[in-house]
Amino acid sequence: MSRPAPEPVQVVKERRDKALGALVAAIPYAAFLGIHFDRRGDELTAMLDFDEKLIGNPLLPALHGGATAAFLEVTAIVELGWARLWGAIETGALDAGALTPETLPRLPKTIDFTVDYLRSGLPRDAYARARVTRSGRRYSSVHVEAWQDNRDRPIAQATGHFLMPDGDG
Amino acid sequence: MDDQKARIARQFIEAIPHSRALGMRLVEIGEGTAAIEMAYDPRFVGDPQTGVIHGGAVSALMDTCGGAAVMSHPRAPGGTATIDLRIDYMRPATPGQKIRATATCYHMTRTVAFVRAVATDDDTDRPVAAATGAFTVEPARETAP
Repeated sequence: MSRPAPEPVQVVKERRDKALGALVAAIPYAAFLGIHFDRRGDELTAMLDFDEKLIGNPLLPALHGGATAAFLEVTAIVELGWARLWGAIETGALDAGALTPETLPRLPKTIDFTVDYLRSGLPRDAYARARVTRSGRRYSSVHVEAWQDNRDRPIAQATGHFLMPDGDG
Repeated sequence: MDDQKARIARQFIEAIPHSRALGMRLVEIGEGTAAIEMAYDPRFVGDPQTGVIHGGAVSALMDTCGGAAVMSHPRAPGGTATIDLRIDYMRPATPGQKIRATATCYHMTRTVAFVRAVATDDDTDRPVAAATGAFTVEPARETAP
């Protein structure tokens, strides 16, 4: 009995990047804000490119709390969606190449979201990572943190609860 | 409602780049209360399968409205920033309809302002979202900077 040859690395990367791309493309508001994702294996880092339209206090200047909140919420939703999608594309249950906004598993719905503003957001790029602290069939909890220059000096953190979509998504 | 105050508040809100990018419009300002509307826009959608506005855009609306309520408080703080904001999403906003947030600064100390807010679409009897938050109270400036 021989082991099947491992998949070529380019095939693996392409599959994962396509699936992630389809997931993020399914959220128009992420594109509007300028949010995109960096992937290392299954680990995601969200990036918010600085833009003048994200400013909330032109005198300081500082990022708008609403822009920061939306960045954290998008990061949390994509992390939850990605965790489900990963299993589906790696087992072959879903064909990553054929994913469209219509065939993607439904996105989780936010039940509540609480943001702590820790430091003023500076007029520059921001980064965020989310951790699923509880993943259930119906409800999930996510913790997410955003930072700019120093990973150890987060500008904001949030926890949210999400209603998971029905079915096999 | 004082017309001068309303005009200043409206200019203040509309000078915030993020609020302007989201098309926010101040519709009411009182003594520690404010109402702001945001028109439906396909760019703000969170899920194209439903056309429902992303929670993040509703957050931005609630946050701006909460800040406006704090600034309109009779104690006239010099500035404010959000300490924390919790939003409960009760139901999806109906696609195509504008969202109106109404916020009340129900208590203010020398350092902290406490705010409640609610968001509705055209069906004003069934709120879309509710929020509670704490905001900083910055000392009023004696002279212009």
